[in-house]
Amino acid sequence: MEKWQDNRAWFLVLPVFVIVAFSAIIPLLTVINYSVQDIFGPGQRVFVGAEWFKEVLGDKRLHAALWRQFLFSGLVLLIEIPLGIIIALTMPKKGWGASASLVTLALPLLIPWNVIGTIWIIFTRPDIGLFGATINKLGMSFDHTASSLDAWVTLMLMEVWHWTPLVALLAYAGLRAIPEAYYQAAKVDGASSWSVFRHIQLPKMRGVLTIAVLLRFMDSFLIYAEPFVLTGGGPGNSTTFLSIYLVKIAVGQFDLGPAAAFSLIYFLIILLFSWLFYQALQNAGKGEG
Amino acid sequence: MARIDLKQIAHSYHDGAQKPEDFALRRVHESWDDGGAYALLGPSGCGKTTLLNIISGLLTPSRGSVFFDGQDVTALPPENRNIAQVFQFPVLYDTMTVFGNLAFPLRNRGVDTEQIRQRVNEVADILDLTTHLKKKASGLSADVKQKISLGRGLVRSDVAAILFDEPLTVIDPQLKWHLRCKLKQIHERLKLTLIYVTHDQVEALTFADRVMVMHGGKMLQAGAPEDLFEKPEHKFVGYFIGSPGMNFLSCILDGNIARVNGAAIELADATAALAKKAGQKLEIGIRPTYLKVHSNKQPGSIAATIKNVEDQGSFKIVTLILNQQTLRARIPEDQPIPDKKAWLSFPTQKIRLYADGQLLRAQGAS
Repeated sequence: MEKWQDNRAWFLVLPVFVIVAFSAIIPLLTVINYSVQDIFGPGQRVFVGAEWFKEVLGDKRLHAALWRQFLFSGLVLLIEIPLGIIIALTMPKKGWGASASLVTLALPLLIPWNVIGTIWIIFTRPDIGLFGATINKLGMSFDHTASSLDAWVTLMLMEVWHWTPLVALLAYAGLRAIPEAYYQAAKVDGASSWSVFRHIQLPKMRGVLTIAVLLRFMDSFLIYAEPFVLTGGGPGNSTTFLSIYLVKIAVGQFDLGPAAAFSLIYFLIILLFSWLFYQALQNAGKGEG
Repeated sequence: MARIDLKQIAHSYHDGAQKPEDFALRRVHESWDDGGAYALLGPSGCGKTTLLNIISGLLTPSRGSVFFDGQDVTALPPENRNIAQVFQFPVLYDTMTVFGNLAFPLRNRGVDTEQIRQRVNEVADILDLTTHLKKKASGLSADVKQKISLGRGLVRSDVAAILFDEPLTVIDPQLKWHLRCKLKQIHERLKLTLIYVTHDQVEALTFADRVMVMHGGKMLQAGAPEDLFEKPEHKFVGYFIGSPGMNFLSCILDGNIARVNGAAIELADATAALAKKAGQKLEIGIRPTYLKVHSNKQPGSIAATIKNVEDQGSFKIVTLILNQQTLRARIPEDQPIPDKKAWLSFPTQKIRLYADGQLLRAQGAS
């Protein structure tokens, strides 16, 4: 059969192309444009080449923020992924319990991010906060505005509370999609519950877990609103993550050139790590006997 | 190896069920000999998978008990019952190789490595899987996957029975035949008790020595394939087995003449005698193969109108109307068929009589 061809079909993808152009391609090109120029004001700009990239890559404070960011994202993944899987495994499979736990889990995901910051500021206040005051009453001093460690603990608690449900919901969906026959066959084969997890549930969750890891990595690597509301990047610079530092440069100091160069590097790091995670998860568990 | 006895089994998926409609399985009382090949045949939802899962221990019956070799195993979990089960869709452990899959039930039972290797190689040899052993289990074709599922059952030396739950559903037609032969071969070689659940009569009749027809949670008839064909004990069995199913015509008995809306069909004296004690609602049943279609009037034949003719390749199926009742006849490919009108004759030895859906049988005969 002859293939029917008509180039007018391209018009059908035009709307998508226009949307993508305005939402991604044009802003990205603008950023690239900024990153190679020194901008003094409207109409006053000088081409500087790779100058800003050199400056940004040599910035000590940026290095510190980058390591802080890796530590944060690493901890987020190490805590949220296993915790999410455990929650999904213990959730009821059917009946009212299943619906109730799904709704309860989804609640934190429905709250606006800056509101979450505010909730946790109050929750952890050493004088009136339920959590902060209780800890202080127990004799441990706890103040996220004064101690870096306390600020990190608060931030991690908030992050885990906010986003573990997403991982749990994804893992739960993955678990529910496993046909009953797998569990029946495993019973007949005499498999232990660990074997069932290791050889049936975990491999079958590969797809959803890949999504969960990628989403949690990207989101936590981009975190801005919560630490901005909760600690403003402090105490000192202890919770100044990449995006907070970036906003300080771009909006606070109005250094558009360095900020643009910074953004591009930021973008490339996320792209690289997402790709690495994706490759690792796609190949995990495929080489064994 | 085991003889399986099911004693008064009933099962409901609801708690505290009392009404018969609540039961997926109403009352099954059967014994299966060691080493036999059995098939459970019935339409979807008739309770055959429920019964299979009760035997394997995946379900505990609401009522009744299961005995293996005289021992009550009703409360035992599947892993302690020495049964293997093959499911409708192949179940594979994707992250393992074919070898790992076959070895899995043995590893779970702590068998030593050397013995595992030996058993797996033996089973792989029987199932023609030797060349696949080192491959990943994912990405193989459906028939190989189903053979691996079967292999996981065979690999245990202590296995008493293998239960199949419609194992050929996802297999291509040309491979079905091959796999069915393989099953027969394995059965002859290993002398295991095989229980095979299917809704496909061809599969059931070619595979099993004894076929149990189930409908609505009840076992309607258990017997050899030819019994089910020649003497269906229930109208449903008549419909369900044979292609097309048995013809049933409601009739009124007058001596040894059955009157079907005025047409007279002669019965054998022995058949007519059975009806004496039976109720009013009588039907005669005859298989389409036994119905004779003639182009012109023969002694004892009855006129009928031809509605349509389906050519099935090696035979033809003729649909006829006999005094408002529809009949089907299966006739040889080369026999000429008249255009509109045909004459039917009913061989007296092949006519069965049914009262209220049940076959009338001579007293004392089984």
